[in-house]
Amino acid sequence: MKQSINNLKKGGQQFGERWGRFVVKFRWPVLIGTLALAMAFGAGGQMGFNSDYHVFFSEDNPQLLAYDGLQNKYTKDDNVFIVIAPKDGEVFTRQTLTAIEELTAEAWQTPYSSRVDAITNFQYTRAVEDDLYVDDLIENAAAKSPAELKELKDIATSDPRLVHRLINEEGTATAINVTVRLPEQDNGESAEVAAFTRQMVEDLKVKYPNLETYMSGFVMLNSAFFEAANGDFQTLTPLMFLIVIITILLTTRTFSGTISTLIVIVLSIMTAMGFGAYMGIGLTPPSGAFINIILTLAVADSIHVLITIIQQMRNGVDKRDAIVESLRVNFMPVFITSLTTVIGFLSMNFSDSPPFHDLGNLTAVGMVAAFLYSTLSLPALLAILPVKVKARAPKKDKGTFLERLAEFVISNKRPVIAASSIFILASSFLVFKNELNDEFIKYFSKDVTFRSDTDYISDNLTGIYTIEFSVGASEEGGINNPEYLNTLKDFEDWLYTNDEVVHVNAFTEVMEQVNKSMHGDDLAYYRMPDNREEAAQYLLLYEMSLPFGLDLNNQVNVDKSETRVIVTLKNIPTKSMLELSDKASAWLDANAPAHMKAEGVSSTMMFAHLSERQILSMISGTTVALVLISIVLAFAIRSAKFGFLSLIPNIMPVVVGLGIWGLLYGYINTGISIVFGMTLGIIVDDTVHFLSKYLRARRELGKSPEDSVRYAFSTVGQALLVTTFVLVAGFMVLAQSNFGLNSDMARITVIIILFALILDFLMLPALLMLSPVKRPQDGSKPASTNKTTMQPVPAT
Amino acid sequence: MKKLVYTFATLLTALSLSAQSPEARGLEIAKAADAYDQGFGSSKTTLTMILTNKQGQESTRYMSNQTLELTEDGDKSLIVFDSPRDVKGTATLTFTHKEGSDDQWLYLPALKRVKRISSDNKSGPFMGSEFAYEDLSSQEVEKYSYKFLKEENINGVDTYVVERDPVDPKSGYARQVVWYNKENYRLEKMDFYDRKNALLKTLTYGNYEVYKEKHWRAGEMNMVNHQTGKKTKLLFEDYVFDLGFTDNDFSQNSLRRASR
Repeated sequence: MKQSINNLKKGGQQFGERWGRFVVKFRWPVLIGTLALAMAFGAGGQMGFNSDYHVFFSEDNPQLLAYDGLQNKYTKDDNVFIVIAPKDGEVFTRQTLTAIEELTAEAWQTPYSSRVDAITNFQYTRAVEDDLYVDDLIENAAAKSPAELKELKDIATSDPRLVHRLINEEGTATAINVTVRLPEQDNGESAEVAAFTRQMVEDLKVKYPNLETYMSGFVMLNSAFFEAANGDFQTLTPLMFLIVIITILLTTRTFSGTISTLIVIVLSIMTAMGFGAYMGIGLTPPSGAFINIILTLAVADSIHVLITIIQQMRNGVDKRDAIVESLRVNFMPVFITSLTTVIGFLSMNFSDSPPFHDLGNLTAVGMVAAFLYSTLSLPALLAILPVKVKARAPKKDKGTFLERLAEFVISNKRPVIAASSIFILASSFLVFKNELNDEFIKYFSKDVTFRSDTDYISDNLTGIYTIEFSVGASEEGGINNPEYLNTLKDFEDWLYTNDEVVHVNAFTEVMEQVNKSMHGDDLAYYRMPDNREEAAQYLLLYEMSLPFGLDLNNQVNVDKSETRVIVTLKNIPTKSMLELSDKASAWLDANAPAHMKAEGVSSTMMFAHLSERQILSMISGTTVALVLISIVLAFAIRSAKFGFLSLIPNIMPVVVGLGIWGLLYGYINTGISIVFGMTLGIIVDDTVHFLSKYLRARRELGKSPEDSVRYAFSTVGQALLVTTFVLVAGFMVLAQSNFGLNSDMARITVIIILFALILDFLMLPALLMLSPVKRPQDGSKPASTNKTTMQPVPAT
Repeated sequence: MKKLVYTFATLLTALSLSAQSPEARGLEIAKAADAYDQGFGSSKTTLTMILTNKQGQESTRYMSNQTLELTEDGDKSLIVFDSPRDVKGTATLTFTHKEGSDDQWLYLPALKRVKRISSDNKSGPFMGSEFAYEDLSSQEVEKYSYKFLKEENINGVDTYVVERDPVDPKSGYARQVVWYNKENYRLEKMDFYDRKNALLKTLTYGNYEVYKEKHWRAGEMNMVNHQTGKKTKLLFEDYVFDLGFTDNDFSQNSLRRASR
C-alpha cells in the first residue's frame, strides 16, 4: 500500500518534471496556446452589473415569495425617498413649501413613477355642514399668510398619517416619496430613476439654496450597490496590483519574474471574467470581489514556482534546469493547494444568496486558470525572457527568526499546546458573543452617501426598516366590518406600545378621518364607523374623491378583503426585528379572529432572514468542503492520521477568528457566514506545505521529530511567511471596500489567515512531535537515495 | 375669366382646407363628433363592471346610469350602485361643466343623507377599476385642446386619429390619443398617457349599437392598464332613450328616490 502511494508521489514528481521539460521545450507554442485560451475566454466580453437588491435572494427564497405575494395584492414599493431640510429649520415657510410643491409636480415626471406622496399633495379631508372637501393639504403655498402657514403646520405635524412618515414632529424636515414600478426588463431601470431624481434634486437646490436634501429608498439602495461594486474596481483593484508588484519585486528581485507573474494574474482574471460573461453572470458587490480575490490567490501559485526558480539560479543552476526543477517539486503542491482552494470556493454554491454562488464559481474558475497559467505560461515566459539573478547568500535575519521559532517550539512542546488550547478554548466562548445581523443599511460604510443620507433620515424623520402585514378580513368587502376595523385598530395601538416602532401606517386612520368628516368634523367621531354599510359607503365616497396616483391601492386590495399594515422601525439589529415580527404575529393569534392572522414580510425581513438561512446552508457547504479537503489532504500527505491531525490547525483558526470577531464586532452577516468554506481552502495550503516537508524529513531523510521540525521551518517557513503576507495584504485591501459584506468578509479572513499561520508555526509542530510516526521499513529507501542523487538542490 | 376666377377660388379653398392647422382640424373633428351625437335627449342603461387583476382574479360590480343631455352646459348624470352589497343604494349625481370643476353629490343610504363632494380630483380610480372618473364622465369638447394626427385604418375601420390634452391641470393624463370612426364619429379606441407621457392605458370600444338611427352606443368598453397589467371591462345593457327626463330627475331629491 505504502509502496503504491510512494510510487504515486514519485509519479507526481516525475509528472511535474516531464511537464517542466515539455514547457521549456515548447515554450512558444505553450505561451501562445495559453494566451489564445485566455483570449478565447476574454472574447466573452464585459460582464454587466446587476444592482437590483433582489439578486441577494434565490428565486425560491420563502421571504421573497411572501413579499412578492403581498406586493401583488397591493402595489410594488420600489421608491425614492427624498428628504428636504431647510437650513433655517422651518419647513412651513412660503418658499420651502413652494419648493416642495414644485418638486412634487416634477417628481411625477420620474421614469416608471406611479405615485408621489408629499405633505403638499396629502389628501386632506374636512367637512363644512354637508359638504365634504377632499383636497391637497397645501396648494399655492406662495400665497399663504403666516397664520395659514401656522395652521398647516399644526395639521401636518399632528396627523398620524404624516408624522414620522413624511414630516417630523418639529416640522424641520419633510419627505417626498416617489413610488416607481420598475418593469424589470433590463438592469438599467433603477439607475435611470436614480439619475433622474438626482438631477431633479440638484436643480431644486440651485433654485432654492436654503434647502438641504437627502435621498434614500430602494432605488437608491440599488444604485448604492452598483456604486459599491464599481468603486471597488476603481480604487481597490489598482491598489492590490501595486501591492502585488511590490511584494514580488521584493521577494524575487527580478523584473521579468514580476512581469510574468502579472501576466499570469491578468490572464487568470481575464479567463474568470470571460467565463462570467459567457455564463451571463451579473456583477454585484459580493461577486465583484472575485477580481481582488483571484489577484491575491493567483500570486501565491506563481510565487511558489518563481521562488524555487530564483533559488535554484542563485545556487548556480542553469535557468532551464531551474524551471524544470521548480515544476518538479512544485507541481503537486501547487496542484493540491489549488484543488483545495477551488473546493473551498465551490462550497459557496451552498449559499442561499446567488451573488455568493457567482463569487465562488468565478473565483474557482480563476483559480483553475491561475494553476494552468502559473505552471504553463509563467515557466514558458521565463524560459523566453532573460532572467537575471545575482548570486548571493540567502538572507540570514528571517532565517534566524524562523530558526529561533523552531527551537522555541521544540523546547516548549507541551506549554505551546497548553497555551494554544487555552487560547482556542477562550476564543470558542467568545464565538457566542456574535449575533446574526443583516441591517442592509450597514452594508455600506459611512463614506457612502446612501448610508449617510439614510442615517440622517432615520435620525431626523422616520425609520428605514419596515415590517409589513397583510391582514385578511375573510370576505370581499370584509374590511368594512367594524369588528375587523376595531381589531385592526387594537393591533395598531399594540404595535405603538413597542419602543422600536416609529410609525404604523394602517387603513384605520383613513376610516377614522372620513368618519369624522362625515359627521361635520366632530372629533367624537374620530373612530370606526358603527356598521359595515356606513364604512363601505364612506370608503366609496372617499375613493371617488382621490386624485390620480393617490388611490388606496397601496393599502387595500382590490376586492377589499385585506389591508396592509406597514410598521416602520428604528434602526435595530435584525434579531430584534425578527422578534418584533414574531411578537406581532403572536398578538394577532391571541387577539384576533383566525382570518386576521398574518406574518411579517418586507425587504427588511428578507434581509433579516438571509443570514440565518445563509448560516444553515453554509453549515452543509462547509461540511462538504471540510470532508473533501480532508480527503485531498490525507491523500496528499499519504496518511489518514496526519490528515486528521492537520484538521486541528485548519478548523481552529476559524474558531479563533469567530471568537476575536465576537470580541471586536459581535455580529455575523451574510458576508461573514460565507468565509468558512472559503478560508478552509486557503489556509489548508500552509498545513500541506509544512506537513509534507516534515513527513519527508521523517520518512525519507530519516530525521528525528525535532530535526524534522527544523527542516520544515527552514525549507517552507519563509515561503509561508511570504504567501501569508500576500494573502493578508490582499484581504486587507478588500477590507477597505465601502461595501460592508465585502469588508467584513475580508477582515475576518485576515484574522483567520493570520491565526492559521500562527497555529501552523506553533501548535502543529508541537502536535507533530508528540505523535509517533512510523518509519518506512522498506521500499522507500532506494527511492529516496535515488532522489537525492537526481535532485540538484533540495528545494522548497 | 369668371370661370377662371371661380376655379382659382375653389383651388384656394381646397388649399386652405388642406393647409388647415392640425389643431384646428382636431377641434373640428371633436366638434363634429359632439354635434353628431347631439339630440339624444336622455338615456338610461345598466352597467356591469368586471375587474381583473394581473393574476387573472375577477371581481364584479353592478350599477345603473341615467343621463340628461344639456347643450348650454355639460350633461347631468346619475349613477346608482347595486353591488357590492355594502354600498347598494348609494347614488351619485354629477353636473358636468364645460368649464371649471363638476358638481357632485352622493347619497349614502347608511347615513340617509346627501353629501356634496367638493373636490377637484376626478382622476382617481372609479370603484377600484382601471377607469378614472374623468374617463367616464361626459366628454365635453371644451375640456381638451386638440391636434389632428393622421388618418388610419384600424381593424377595417377608417378613422381620424386626434390627440387631445386635458385642460384641467389636475387631470391624471398628459394627453390622450383618440380614434374617431370617420363615418359616424363614434370612438373606436383611446390611448391614455400619464403625466410623464408614458403609455398608461388603452381603451377599446366594442359591440356598438345604433339607437334612434344616429346615436351609437358601445355595448362593451375594455380598459387595459399597461403598467400594472390590470384590466376592467364595462358592459352596457338595456339602453333606453326618450324617457322624458327633466332637471327634476337630476336633483338631490331624485338621488334619494333613485336609491330605493
